[in-house]
Amino acid sequence: MNLKQYFADIFNGVKSLATGMKVTGGYFLRHHKEKITEQYPDNRDTLVLAERFRGEVVMLHDENNEHACTGCTACELACPNGTIKVITKFDMTPEGKKKKAVDTFIYHLELCTMCNLCVEACPTGAISMANTFEHSVFDRSTLTKQLNKPGSKIRAGVE
Amino acid sequence: MYRETDIIQTIPGTDEMVINVGPQHPSTHGVLHLVLTINGEIVKKVEPHIGYIHRSIEKMCESLTYRQFIYSTSRMDYLAAHTNNHACAMCVEQGMGIEVPLRAQYIRVLMDELTRIASHCLWWGSIAMDCGAVTPFFLAFREREMINSIMEETCGARLTMNYNVPGGVMADIHPTFQQSVKDFVRHFRSKIDEYDELVTGNIIFQSRLKGVGKLSKEDAISYGCTGPTARASGVSCDVRKHFPYEIYNQIDFTEITHTAGDSYARYLMRLAEMRESMSIIEQLIDNIPEGDYLAKTKAVLKLPKGEFYSRVETPRGELGVYIVSEGGTTPYRIKFRSPGFSNLSALDHMTRGHKIGDLVAIMGTLDLVIPDIDR
Repeated sequence: MNLKQYFADIFNGVKSLATGMKVTGGYFLRHHKEKITEQYPDNRDTLVLAERFRGEVVMLHDENNEHACTGCTACELACPNGTIKVITKFDMTPEGKKKKAVDTFIYHLELCTMCNLCVEACPTGAISMANTFEHSVFDRSTLTKQLNKPGSKIRAGVE
Repeated sequence: MYRETDIIQTIPGTDEMVINVGPQHPSTHGVLHLVLTINGEIVKKVEPHIGYIHRSIEKMCESLTYRQFIYSTSRMDYLAAHTNNHACAMCVEQGMGIEVPLRAQYIRVLMDELTRIASHCLWWGSIAMDCGAVTPFFLAFREREMINSIMEETCGARLTMNYNVPGGVMADIHPTFQQSVKDFVRHFRSKIDEYDELVTGNIIFQSRLKGVGKLSKEDAISYGCTGPTARASGVSCDVRKHFPYEIYNQIDFTEITHTAGDSYARYLMRLAEMRESMSIIEQLIDNIPEGDYLAKTKAVLKLPKGEFYSRVETPRGELGVYIVSEGGTTPYRIKFRSPGFSNLSALDHMTRGHKIGDLVAIMGTLDLVIPDIDR
């Protein structure tokens, strides 16, 4: 390596470092203008989550405390993790016939991987994914939830 | 005498000693355990030990139905969950003979390319970190965050999307999807030049990578390397070009190859791939055809008796899904050919004779994701 090449290498090396420092320096000077990080627990009031974000499975109830779950257990069969357990009972219809209905809809949030397969499988649209995400609790047993509200019944006309 | 449990073992009669890197080591990008035989600073042998994050996904899939098993593959290559799901959904579609609607094909390809950019972004940050630069990591995560938001908006999850189902995609694209993707591409076009200024031209970075970890074309083929690792050695192996799936045969894109085969070629390779992915996205984003996003399928999928294989190009290389069906609702056997496993096998060959610091840099350019290697 001759002397000329030696100094050219040093010059180009320093130049490449200066080019990189220009980018870093640019950010150093204008970093207060474009903030990228979000201060999560402090920005809770203004936090906007995507509406499709899958946080947990919920059962939709209307104002009359009625849901659309027929107790067909399609969601239970679709779930890959055994997250859902539907306990069914038999209701008597006014005509005196036996009709299958949901007694307890048990949902294990601690086993759920939010894959959305149960919601896809539901033929009546009774369950959906809510975009809540703060599920930390002190006791694991509180993560096992009953999704149908106490005293709720199936909406008329849902088969 | 030395014991198995010693962290450092000396080999009697030689200057060599055996040290363990990992399984809990920040530079191995996960729980990879490397047993190094070193002579001073010089690496004599590298033995990767895997098994620390084995979850037996292949065995687990045998008890899941053809709709259910797709979700678990998100946990293999978690940086490119979408491409994994894509390969599985395609294999089931091939077995069932399901025709995927054109709109779903467009959405799948768009998501694949977005995933590729997101994965390469993270890789770019981590390779710079492996070589001692911390700032690029934050810059890379800024761009990756935009893609994660797009994914969250349309797929409903940021990392483990589970957006592909046999027959198409789970939901139609979000109304703001096209606009946010266009915004991202415009933003990223200016930022990728900044990547070049900050890292690519840097003299320290170049001298860490140039001429280090050479992998010849013959070796790349014999080790079964795929993806950017093999293409940097001059092997033309892009599944998107050679075995086009979905609409890749209608897209105008070039397969980038380098011939140097060193770490720097692998670095340039991935940066060029990000630019190529952006041009693919730009071609498709305005031309998504109207129509169904999901083909009508039976409620219970039963693959006919036989063997099915499909492959896609993930950011790390070729992912193959091999299903053996006995005609039931669950697969008899599933085998995944993951790109990381073969690429890792070339590590020993590439690292011999280099310094320990170079081992970290070479490993960085291989873009290893350990759960993908160790399923």
